[in-house]
Parts: sequence; C-alpha cells; structure tokens
Amino acid sequence: MIYGELGASHTRRTVTGMARLLKALRLDGMLLSGLAAVSLFGLFVLFSAAGDNTALWFSQLARIGIGFALMVVLAQVPDHFLRMFAPAAYAAGLVLLAAVAVAGDIGKGAQRWLDLGVIRFQPAEILKLAVPMICAWYLHQRPLPPALRDVVVVLLVIVVPVGLIAEQPDLGTALLVAAAGIIVLVLAGLPWTWVFGGAAVFGAAVPVIWHFLHDYQRQRVLTLLDPESDALGAGYHIIQSQIAIGSGGVFGKGWMNGSQAQLEFLPERSTDFIFAVIGEELGLLGLVALLAGYLFIVGRGVYMSLQCRDAYARLLAGSIALTFFVYACVNAGMVMGLLPVVGVPLPLVSYGGTSFVTLMAGFGILMSLHSSRKLVG
Amino acid sequence: MRRVRIKDDALEQRIYFQRSLIAVGIVAGIALLLSGRAFWLQVAQYEHYLKLSQGNRARIEPLPPNRGIIFDRAGRVIAENTPAYQLEILRERAGNLEETLSRLARFGLLEASDVGRVRQLVLARRSFEAVPFLLQLDDQEIARYAVHRHELPGVLLETRMARHYPYGTVGAHAIGYVGTISEEDMQRVDRQRYFGTGVIGKTGVERAYEDELLGAGGYREVLVNAEGRPVRLAGGPDQQLRTREPLAGDDMHMTIDIELQRVAEEAFAGRRGGVVAIDPANGDVLVFASLPSFDPNGFARGISRSYYLALTENPDQPLFNRVLRGTYPPGSTVKPMMALAGLEYEVVRPEDQVHCLGSYSLPGSRHRFRDWKREGHGTVDMRRAVMQSCDIYFYRLANTLGIQRIHDAMAHMGFGQPTGIDIAGERGGIMPSPAWKKTAFGTAAQQVWFPGETVIVGIGQGYWTATLLQLAKATALLSTRGRHYRPRLVQALADPKTGAVTDNPPEALEPLVLNQPENWEVIVDAMVAVTTGGTAARAARGAAYSIAGKTGTAQVFSIGQTEKYNEKEVAERLRDHALFVAFAPADDPKLAVAVLVENGGAGSAVAAPIARAIFDAYLVQDAPP
Repeated sequence: MIYGELGASHTRRTVTGMARLLKALRLDGMLLSGLAAVSLFGLFVLFSAAGDNTALWFSQLARIGIGFALMVVLAQVPDHFLRMFAPAAYAAGLVLLAAVAVAGDIGKGAQRWLDLGVIRFQPAEILKLAVPMICAWYLHQRPLPPALRDVVVVLLVIVVPVGLIAEQPDLGTALLVAAAGIIVLVLAGLPWTWVFGGAAVFGAAVPVIWHFLHDYQRQRVLTLLDPESDALGAGYHIIQSQIAIGSGGVFGKGWMNGSQAQLEFLPERSTDFIFAVIGEELGLLGLVALLAGYLFIVGRGVYMSLQCRDAYARLLAGSIALTFFVYACVNAGMVMGLLPVVGVPLPLVSYGGTSFVTLMAGFGILMSLHSSRKLVG
Repeated sequence: MRRVRIKDDALEQRIYFQRSLIAVGIVAGIALLLSGRAFWLQVAQYEHYLKLSQGNRARIEPLPPNRGIIFDRAGRVIAENTPAYQLEILRERAGNLEETLSRLARFGLLEASDVGRVRQLVLARRSFEAVPFLLQLDDQEIARYAVHRHELPGVLLETRMARHYPYGTVGAHAIGYVGTISEEDMQRVDRQRYFGTGVIGKTGVERAYEDELLGAGGYREVLVNAEGRPVRLAGGPDQQLRTREPLAGDDMHMTIDIELQRVAEEAFAGRRGGVVAIDPANGDVLVFASLPSFDPNGFARGISRSYYLALTENPDQPLFNRVLRGTYPPGSTVKPMMALAGLEYEVVRPEDQVHCLGSYSLPGSRHRFRDWKREGHGTVDMRRAVMQSCDIYFYRLANTLGIQRIHDAMAHMGFGQPTGIDIAGERGGIMPSPAWKKTAFGTAAQQVWFPGETVIVGIGQGYWTATLLQLAKATALLSTRGRHYRPRLVQALADPKTGAVTDNPPEALEPLVLNQPENWEVIVDAMVAVTTGGTAARAARGAAYSIAGKTGTAQVFSIGQTEKYNEKEVAERLRDHALFVAFAPADDPKLAVAVLVENGGAGSAVAAPIARAIFDAYLVQDAPP
C-alpha cells in the first residue's frame, strides 16, 4: 500500500507537472493526445501501406515532426495577431493562387503546385485556413446572426478562391475550402431558411455544375453510380478499395497482410486510399477506432471553441474542428463508395501533400485561440 | 436612416452554442453512417469481397505431372522423361524486339522465315510473359546461345521435361509416341488433367495407356500483383494460397524385349515388312516390329514440319503400323490350319494321297488353278503337302471342305476379327464367307459366292486377308495345341510413389478343343518337316532347337492363266510378299513368330531367316549354359 500511495502521488505530481508545461506552451493536453494518437496510428498503417518504400515513411515521419512543431509555434501566436493577419493571409493566398494559374507547375495533370525553388507547395493549402479566418474576421465585427448583406459579402469572399481552386482543377480542395467558409457562416447563425435554401439551390444547380465539370470529374460521378460499368478504368479505384475493405472483415487480414494493398491492386494506397488499407488489414475494428479518434478530436475542438472569448475565436476554432471532420468523411465516403472520387486525403493518416502540415497549423491556431481566453477578465 | 444593430455577445454565444451542438450531432450522425457502411462492407458482404480479393491476387500456375516411365520386360528403360532446353523471349527485358529477332536469325537460332511468326507470338502475349519459340535445343544450338548470350537480352534458356525414347526407332510402333495436344485431342480429354501438359500419347501404348501414364496435373496459386506479375513477399499474405500436387503417372512394364526387338529389326536389313513374336504361354508380345520405323523422339520434341512431311511423303510409309493395320493375304502360311480343318471335319486323313501335276480344275470347269511349282509335286500326302507347300492339295481340300466350314474353322483360329491386343487401331482383316460377300458387295451379281473363290482361299489367297498379329496368334495357338491368349503389350503398371503394382494379367481365350487331339501332332509334325526337309530347311539348318514353321508367299497381283511369273520383270513394288510363321522349340514352344517382308518374293528366302534370327537370339541366349 505504501508503494501504491507513493506511486499515486508521484503520478499526480508528474501529471500536474505535465499540465503546467502544456499550459506554459499554450497547448491543450486532450486535443494534443488525440492528434498524437491518430498520427501514430497513421504512421503505423503507412508503414504497411508504403511497403518497401521506407523513404516514404521517413518522409512522412519528418512531416509529422514539422506539423507538430508548427502547431506549437502557432499556438504561441496571440489571437489578436491571428485576427489582424487574417486579411493579409487571405490576400496573399489569392495572389499565390493567381500565380499558380499563370505559372504553376503541372502536377498530375493539374496546376496546383507553386515551385519556389526550395519548396514546392500548393497555395490552396493556405486558403484552407485563410478563408475561415477572413470569414470569421469579417463576421465578428458585425452583429450576429449575420444580415443579408454580410452573408453575401462572406459568400463572395468564399466563392472567389474556391472558383480559382476548382479551376486548377482541384475539386477536393475547393470543396474543403468552401466547407470551411460556409461552416463559419452557419456557426455564426446563418438562418436555417438560408441553409436549406442554399442546399436546395445547390441541388437545382447540379445540372449547371455538371456542365462545367471536367470530363474526368464527370466520369468519377458516373463511376460512383455504377462502378462495374468501367471496371478496369475509372471504376477500378472504387471496386478495388471496396474489395479491400470488405475482405478485411471484422478483425482484418493483419498488419502488412492486406493482399489488396500489398499486391498493388489498391491504387494510391499510401495516399488517398489509405483508409482502405486500414479496413483491409485492421478490419472493422481499425476503421471504428480511427473514426472514434476523429470524433474525439472534433468533439474536443468544438468544446474548446465554446470556451473562446470572442466571436472571431469561436467561429474560427469551430470551423477548424468541423472542417477537419469534413476531410475525414469525404475521404472515407469516397473510399467506401459513398461519394465520388475526389482528391481529399485522409486527415493525419494519408501520406503526402502539405495536408498534414496545414491541418496541424490549424490545430495550432485552435490552441492559440483557446489559450487566449484567460487573458481577458 | 440606416438601422444599426448592436453586437449582443450573449445572443451570439447562445447561437454559437446551439449551432455547434447541432454540428456535433451531424458529425456524430455522419460517423455513424460511415461506420454503418463499413459494417455493411466488412460484415454483411464479407464473403463476397473475400472471394473477390482472393481471385484478384492469385494466379494459377500449372504443375505438370511426371509421365510414367516405360520399361521393357527386362526392366530396360524405353521411354523416359529428360530435361530439355528451350529458348524463350521475355519482351520487357528484350528491349528492342526487332533487333533481338534479327540477331537470333543471324546466330542461327531462328529460321529467317520464322521471324514473322515468332514476332506475332511474342506480341500476342503480355510483355512480362516468357514466350517459348525454340524447343529441345541440340548441343550446337545451346553452344551458339551460350556464345551470344550477352548480345541477346531477354532471351532465356529454360528447361522442361520432355519425353525421350533411348532406343529411338527400335519398337517405335509398339511404344508409340507422344506429341503436341491437338484441338481434336482437347475435345475428348479432361482438360484439367492436362493443365500444364503439352503432350499426349498419340499411338502405341503411349496412347492406349494414356490414362495410366499421364497421372494428373496439379497447380499452384502464385501471388501476383495488379499487373499479373508473380511476386514473393517475405511473411506476406500467402497463407491462404492453394496448391495441388501433381499426381505422377504410373510406370509401365511392357512385354516387349527391346534387345530382341532390335535383333528382329536389324534382321530385316532395310527391307519393309513386319514381325510379331508372341510367348504362346501367356500372349506376351515380345517383338512388335513394323519397318521402316521412325524416330518417336522427333514427335516428342515438337516435330519440325519438314521432318513430318518427310515421314508422310516417304513411299515406304514409316508411320504405317504394318503389324497392327497391315492386312495381307496370308498365303501358304494357312496351310497347316487348313489341314487341321480337313482332319477335324474328317474330309481327309493324313495318309490320303493327292497327285499333283501342277494344276487343278474344278469338275466341269476348264479354269486351271496353278501350283507355284509348274511341274507339280507328284504324289503327296498331308505331311508332304505342307512340307512342300503343295497348292493342288489344298485347292482340293478347300473345295471338299467348302467355304462355310473353312470360314468357321479359321474364325476359331482368330481370323476375320481383331486379336484384341491392348493398343488401339487394330484391323481385323477379312475371313471370307458367302455371308461376308453379301455385306461386302453392292449388287446381287457381285454377292454370289463362286466355287472358284473357295479354291484359292485354300492357299490363303482371294479375299482372305490377315494381319501379322492374327498370324502370330494363330501360330501360337497351334504351338500350344489349342490354348491361346489375348496378345498383350503391357504386363503391369506400377505406382511410382507407393510402388504398388497393378498387373495386367494374361487373358486366356476359350481354348480350341479338337475332337481328335492327336490331329495336333499331325500338323505340328508336318510343320517341323517344313524346317527340316521342306521349304524352310535352309533357313533352319543348324538350329540347336526344332522349329515348326510354314513359309508363305502372298500374291500382290494376279498372273494371267498362261503367263509365267517372272520375278525380275515385275516391278519391285508388285513382287510377292514373303511370309513365314513358326514356333520353337517345336516340342516345348517358347515363342511363336509371324514375319512378313513386303515384296520380298518367296517366304523361304527372306522371311524365314528373320524368324531364325529371333529364335536364336531368344532361345539360345535363354538356354542354360
């Protein structure tokens, strides 16, 4: 018993010490644990999905390090600073987008990358954060729920970059950027009539949108409706990923033992389709565990947003948390054959892009916003 | 006036709280939906997708069975499987295919005329599939490949098992050969058993015992990636791969004595014909030779078109199985059996004498049936008639017996029906009778049986045709005084794995029982006389054992009534066939032989020495020192 009590008090002391450290670093322990858990899970799965390509795995490890570091750095930035820079970030993002449109590097048939000599990055990533920031920035100065004029302004602010990104064409990112902005609007109190009306208008606009879609995008939608129609062509991704997931069963085929993944039947297994690798190798349990991890992060994020001290912080924090879930459900829905194939990575798990870093930057901002709440009496 | 709304932080907080609560509810709902979808795929549809994924990753690779080895009666290997080399092209490694093909042609590994065909073959397959284009390389070709190997990227030397017949042409018609499976073959076989097997037994025992020799093909599931390329993963997902081991075919023990067979074939000294030697005690076929023969190895290695054409266009017809399918007039070789029929029907006694003046006419007819000996044999009894092969004696006997009794007696000896030897394609020849003539001819006028037709049947001519197998079997029957067996080429089959032997036991046929058994001795005595003082005396001179035999000469074309047969004037192909049937030792028969030399002239001169050579090799070697 003595040892037990000693142990308990020792543990308590360590915990309080850790709490103090986290507080000093303006970090949220719960959210950090959630992010770390999912990231480690992702590394674990990626090791299998990457196969012999260990360089890929190490590069992802490095990216995770950079992501967490950036999160810690951004968590130190005072919230008013973040607020102040919102317009600048948005403007810079738009300029870079335009630059890509003019001089962008061609990658995978689409102009997304900007080569700055040292690093290549997608300006669209900046807008994933800059758009909710500018929306929250605009709305927090106005009385809420937003008036018609404000809604129109915010929608314009959203549509311009989304249109540019969709034109690249990068439907996935455009969708996420639009979602981030619209979530801000909805959280700010956009009347329900607007929400449902907007959904109705969107529905009505589908034929029009269809007209503007690229052939491959149309193909993806058609393929979703009937994958077998082109089993070795556009339907291949969906069929193979469903085979992978379905054949995993409840407990999976075992880590590194997914035949679909290991034998390269599954395309883009370490990037957009890594969700299928989890389903195949770790089964239903693996998928549910991952979804639970996502739910925890989103829940914690939303809870933190409730504690924020002003509208700007609340709206931005809530948008960051909820957009994170949009990532997850678009990717999972796509891989499981519920949504068309759009290039959205599985958050914190997929290899590549700048997506991981962007996500962690978002959570850094969220933590900063949350930590700043106590500075005001 | 513009209405200015004041920011109400409490209201905004309340709205935000409500909205975020709803948002979290939606998030939870979507998460539930996603989990439900995963449940649907992974639990409800699990079996379906599992099957799909297994079909995806495994490619079935054939494991061909080992074809049974064939031994002769002394245990010598006469058909085996040996590794053979073949050249294959792997397009993806070849780089420039055209360059590779032209180099192959330049190095003499590909005929220039074949380049187009090989190109088509290669391009029809996927780039990572190896396409064989030159089978069974000889040493020179291997050497040429070895020298130029570095200049031939993507050209691989691979080994496979190929049928090999170490004795080559010897016994080829009995053993048969294996050849590439044709479309027709494919129609009648169980494809699964032939999975991975490129050849099938075409003739001889290779065909007759195909089922036993083949075994059954197995397969192995090989992990492949999405491109269909075999992959090997250490500790990877291979635990569910299925394998079915191939089942090796049975080894076969033939009744053939391959060295005796060689002796027989060499005794022909390049002449055409055939010889069968049967052990009268059990029907074992020790020699089964049809000449000229062919090299079955040519077929096994994927025969070249030119070689096959040479075989089929050869006027000597080396592919024709003379023993099994050649039907010849048996000629005088049937005389002992005709005599036996006369005795049994009691139309003649051994001591009855006939005056042979060189020709015979039916009562009331001026047509003269001539004896082979123009001046005749003088006065002959049965023994002398057989010994000197007097035709006149047997013309009379035949006429006395009548065609129906001849037919019945000879049918008992096995004429007019296949012997039932254990390989396919045997012909039965013709044992003529009035009934047969009714079925064989179309018009009523042709269907009438004339007495003159009976007369020439008495000396084994006319419509009567027989195979060498029938003659050998009938001779064996005489030697055993009535007991006879279905001729067999295979003694036993042995499972190479367990060593379990399945016998192919001798099949005794219903014995021929004479009303007067002493008649056997009359006939055998007469046949011994043939080799001691008769037509075959020269061939049998100095033998350490007694031979009972009968010579024969089968007419290939008929001679006019007054013409004299002049051997020199008749084209070689129209000369008579020389025949000889015999068994030895006469008192304790060990071997019954029937020999035919096509266009060999008189049986005594060329056919009897071949039988003698076989007897010497078999009996003298067998005799205790």
